[in-house]
Amino acid sequence: MALRQTELRPLGKPVGRKEDPRLIRGKGRYVDDIMLPNMLHLCVVRSPYAHARIRRIDASAALAAPGVKLVLTGEDLAKMNLAWMPTLAGDRQMVLATEKVLFQYQEVAAVVAETRAQAEDAAQLIEVDYEPLPVVVDPFYALSPEAPILRDDKEKKSNLIFHWEAGDREETEAIFREAPVVVKQDVRFPRVHPSPLEPCGCVADYDTARSKLTFYVTSQAPHAHRTVLALVSGLPEHQIHVISPDVGGGFGNKVPVYPGYVCAIVASLKLGVPVKWIETRTENIASTHFARDYHMTAEIAAREDGKVLALRVKTVADHGAFDGAADPSKFPAGLFSIVTGSYDFKAAFVEVDGVHTNKPPGGVAYRCSFRVTEAAYLIERVMDVLARRLGMDPAELRMRNFIRKEQFPYRSPTGWVYDSGDYEKTLTLALERIGYEELRREQAERRARGEFMGIGISTFTEIVGAGPSHTFDILGLKMFDSAQIRVHPTGKVIARLGVRHQGQGHETTFAQIIAEELGLTVDDVLIEEGDTDTAPYGLGTYASRSTPTAGGAAALCARRIRQKARKIAAHLLEVGEDDVVWDGTAFSVQGLPGRSVTMKDVAFAAYTNVPEGLEPGLEASYYYDPPNLTFPNGAYIAVVDIDKGTGAVKVRRFLAVDDCGTVINPMIVEGQVHGGLTEGFAIAFMQDIPYDADGNCLAPNWMDYLVPTALDTPHWETDRTVTPSPHHPIGAKGVGESPNVGSPAAFVNAVVDALSPLGVEHIDMPIYPWKVWSILRAHGVTE
Amino acid sequence: MKIAVKVNGRLYESDVEPRTLLAYYLRETLNLTGTHIGCDTTSCGACTVLLDGEAVKSCTVLAVQANGREVMTVEGLEQNGQLHPVQKAFWEAHALQCGYCTPGMLMASYALLQDNPAPTEAEIREALSGNICRCTGYVNIVKAVQLAARELSGEGQEALQEVEAHGASSN
Ligand code: FES
Ligand code: FES
Repeated sequence: MALRQTELRPLGKPVGRKEDPRLIRGKGRYVDDIMLPNMLHLCVVRSPYAHARIRRIDASAALAAPGVKLVLTGEDLAKMNLAWMPTLAGDRQMVLATEKVLFQYQEVAAVVAETRAQAEDAAQLIEVDYEPLPVVVDPFYALSPEAPILRDDKEKKSNLIFHWEAGDREETEAIFREAPVVVKQDVRFPRVHPSPLEPCGCVADYDTARSKLTFYVTSQAPHAHRTVLALVSGLPEHQIHVISPDVGGGFGNKVPVYPGYVCAIVASLKLGVPVKWIETRTENIASTHFARDYHMTAEIAAREDGKVLALRVKTVADHGAFDGAADPSKFPAGLFSIVTGSYDFKAAFVEVDGVHTNKPPGGVAYRCSFRVTEAAYLIERVMDVLARRLGMDPAELRMRNFIRKEQFPYRSPTGWVYDSGDYEKTLTLALERIGYEELRREQAERRARGEFMGIGISTFTEIVGAGPSHTFDILGLKMFDSAQIRVHPTGKVIARLGVRHQGQGHETTFAQIIAEELGLTVDDVLIEEGDTDTAPYGLGTYASRSTPTAGGAAALCARRIRQKARKIAAHLLEVGEDDVVWDGTAFSVQGLPGRSVTMKDVAFAAYTNVPEGLEPGLEASYYYDPPNLTFPNGAYIAVVDIDKGTGAVKVRRFLAVDDCGTVINPMIVEGQVHGGLTEGFAIAFMQDIPYDADGNCLAPNWMDYLVPTALDTPHWETDRTVTPSPHHPIGAKGVGESPNVGSPAAFVNAVVDALSPLGVEHIDMPIYPWKVWSILRAHGVTE
Repeated sequence: MKIAVKVNGRLYESDVEPRTLLAYYLRETLNLTGTHIGCDTTSCGACTVLLDGEAVKSCTVLAVQANGREVMTVEGLEQNGQLHPVQKAFWEAHALQCGYCTPGMLMASYALLQDNPAPTEAEIREALSGNICRCTGYVNIVKAVQLAARELSGEGQEALQEVEAHGASSN
């Protein structure tokens, strides 16, 4: 059954997941599973218009409807100073609209009733008198002088949110002036939505007798949410208890605070009973934070032999009505300046304009650490454009330009210091494993027969693990993470962490780290997360930060325990501390292999027989502030065949070679890669949230916003290289997002490669069959 | 309306509003919260249960339609404290991550294996195409169903060893 949980030295082994037994029994405890006595249900009333003035809201019929206990409007919230709340990007967002609405599906009122059905019925009875206003959907138009200013609450003179630059403009310009080869490409990364299978929701339970709010919520960052709630509501932080129970996927969507949460809390405060709000799928897609929507132009200056010299990037980012981008404060466009990727550019200059439009607020770091997906996609796409221009093989071009392994730590021209990597090794392994040369030969043969087969490569560098706190914060909260370990007398351990997983398997991997450090088994260690009353403060799980931050905290916290344990061991072994050695499973006396005590012996002694002067007990906490980020990398190769009749792209093979440093649990790493590839595949071929000219969301459900099924999804092949991070306590780098960050470019490069005989240089995602079909027909290909 | 439904072998008699969906009836009236709800368009399959042995999306069936019939939910898979082979296989093959789709996946897989004890990969993918998983990428789900099929047909030990060997040497 559960594989090898009782083994010592579990690090690096495919230990079966400890979280699974409850989940496969249907005994997970997700927010919607929480049913409390007297609990009421909240339903949000949303705007049908993307931009409209609100003349009047009449809730009288709703208030008279069966079961209704409360109706909230923006005016009610304004009286409590809660009509607006801060977004993670330091913008402000309406909780319930007052005066006007700025996007379709914006929250306008909330109804609380005895049952969800009653709340929904009553919501229909709320009459809102709207006066439609001109709608801005195109971010380029939004920047033009004739566009209406959307955010008059901010007294802004334009729809520009920020202009942000990185790199050296002058040096870059100078290189471009002299460069023998320059390529330029416009690339759009469509607006997509993370869409975890479990929608967002909460249960707010205010206990008037104890003045304590217990708040169950689908949260990736419970501590940060507690602090934000305290700041917004004025309730003291220690009287807010945030519990993030099992979370059914997050992918960045469960990082922000949503208006429904605030409404449920207000309703519970007012009514003194628990109030549940669970959004529908449509609400999830059409109103909670989206991701991407980057309009990018990149230019590469290069020599004729393919050596790249400089990179210049200009970007317009559509952030919707409120800037909700989940980004560290110092980086308004997130870590987008990682856009030089795996290549050794002499110079780079990157600029980003963030823009308001009449669309839902965003964007979140959807299975990516803050705009890295956009950056990796762009550079990997444009490197292929350069290869084609030079008539070079794209693998060869990459090999020629990689940052070489002896260059690490490597400072990029936009200021990042990459920790470690061996890019050549990763790509070499990928090329060998896929049989690259053979595939190219096959491709030539097929081309000669008029068939369209493509091979796409993406060799990307991720940047994950936010902190460190000297440069990273969210809303001023410094980014580090934490662990607290308590060893009980019998050697059983409870460890609590400041992160909160949503399927990543923390209960197993962190147990592996701690068991490894303490010489125990995975079964000996219980991991708890997501309860702010018990877990130490942390910034949560997103942006592949858990292993780089909390994983480091777990290891260092365990080492702190080991330090104390050594003292107790010396006492038990009746030798000086310096004579005690730790071999990974027990303490023994140097030179006397027969005399040893295990961590279990020490644990018991810590409560029964401590040396004089030593504090009893065996527990520790550690707040780990990493010195730097970590930089996983990968080499991905996609092989596709295009059906000339339909334009359908068949992904024949896909190989992902990842290097995420030390691997804690290979089975979980592989699972994370599979999942990320599937989401990357969806982005490349299926997903986009389009808006019509009136700002209507055209894909607010899973019939129009396509998520891949078992039938659509290719079979994934994986492999890896291991280049440990030199600064992480166990050398681990984080992997969850790499496949989502790295794969879109491999897919698109493969399709463009397939169509390159027709002169195609670029196709924007998503690559729907009709797009390919149109290209084929436009070039006279008729089957 | 009064209904009588046998769920996981036990008879329940309840009074429900005619518009109550089976998924909500199971979750809220019977407190069987293993059946999940992920969408409002019958797209995701998180709510899949068996109705008289046939896999249905319980968000699209009215509770009253289950009157006089038998329902099996994920809570009914385990027998006498023993996990069903399909549950074990999901665990062993790492076919779940957040676990939200899992009850629906398990029920759809169970139904498939009832009809077709030795499905091909294509048949498995087809049978599960009404169930969305946002986490796993399906490769391991398919593997789990294959493993469960072999276990049910008595090849269990061998299949388990193969998975273990794969797990240990994968990559
Ligand atoms: S909840 Fe029933 S199919 Fe999605
Ligand atoms: S395991 Fe998360 S949706 Fe399937």
